[in-house]
Amino acid sequence: MFTRLITAVAVTCLLSGASIAQSAKPSDAQIAHIAYTAGQLDIDAAKQALAKSKNKDVRSFAEDMARDHAAVNTQALDLVKKLKVTPEDNDTSRALTKGAADKKAQLEKLDGAEFDKAYAANEVAYHKTVNGALETTLIPSASNAELKSLLQTGLKVFQSHQQHAEHVAAALK
Amino acid sequence: MLPRWILLALIVAPLELGSVSAHAATVQIVMDKLVFAPLETQAKVGDTIEWINKDILAHTATATGGDWNVVIAPNKTEKLVLQKAGSVDYYCKYHPNMKGRIVIAP
Repeated sequence: MFTRLITAVAVTCLLSGASIAQSAKPSDAQIAHIAYTAGQLDIDAAKQALAKSKNKDVRSFAEDMARDHAAVNTQALDLVKKLKVTPEDNDTSRALTKGAADKKAQLEKLDGAEFDKAYAANEVAYHKTVNGALETTLIPSASNAELKSLLQTGLKVFQSHQQHAEHVAAALK
Repeated sequence: MLPRWILLALIVAPLELGSVSAHAATVQIVMDKLVFAPLETQAKVGDTIEWINKDILAHTATATGGDWNVVIAPNKTEKLVLQKAGSVDYYCKYHPNMKGRIVIAP
């Protein structure tokens, strides 16, 4: 059961990763939307974990995710305002949102240790997907230097999150 | 008109503080892009450590043994006076891969 769930997570993430990689070079307005959406979705996932989990490590990880992604997104909003760019919805943002909604529904059915493991595994997979997209598509495609720099900072932060998630996931096994 | 002892205290106190700070140093550690720099810091008991957070994220400097836990908000600086000698490993609670060490001489 658990293995099947992880496979499903991996497939979902690979699919959304593929859709990011395959799309034509995104504009800065689209990149800003994708980056903001990716952060917001992880804040939502953290809220679900805080509502469901009783595990100390999982809860503090979720608090870290909510705190950091909110901080990065605040910077992103300040930047788009300054650059007078209106974030533009796009297929990648929609794919990420759909994938996250499906995952949230799956996780909602789980409780206790089962939920904790599935949430942690998904956090590893999700950050891997987003980091891959940042490295291969979003950062190279960004035209504005300040946007590129914020994305690079975001990548550092999310790489740290991925390692943290891997650590939490390993401790739950 | 201030009483004489207050005047005296106002004059003497800064002089005494000055003489204390001449012995104790302030050592700066920068938190930038989720890294403590330098990774290892040399200091003495009585020195003040100043963590300067240049990131847009909150960080902590948390001693692994539990001796101290300092929270540093984004773009802020926090201080701690070292009380005990020894080699202290510390990390950021929010980003556990961020690690540092302070070697404190007596």
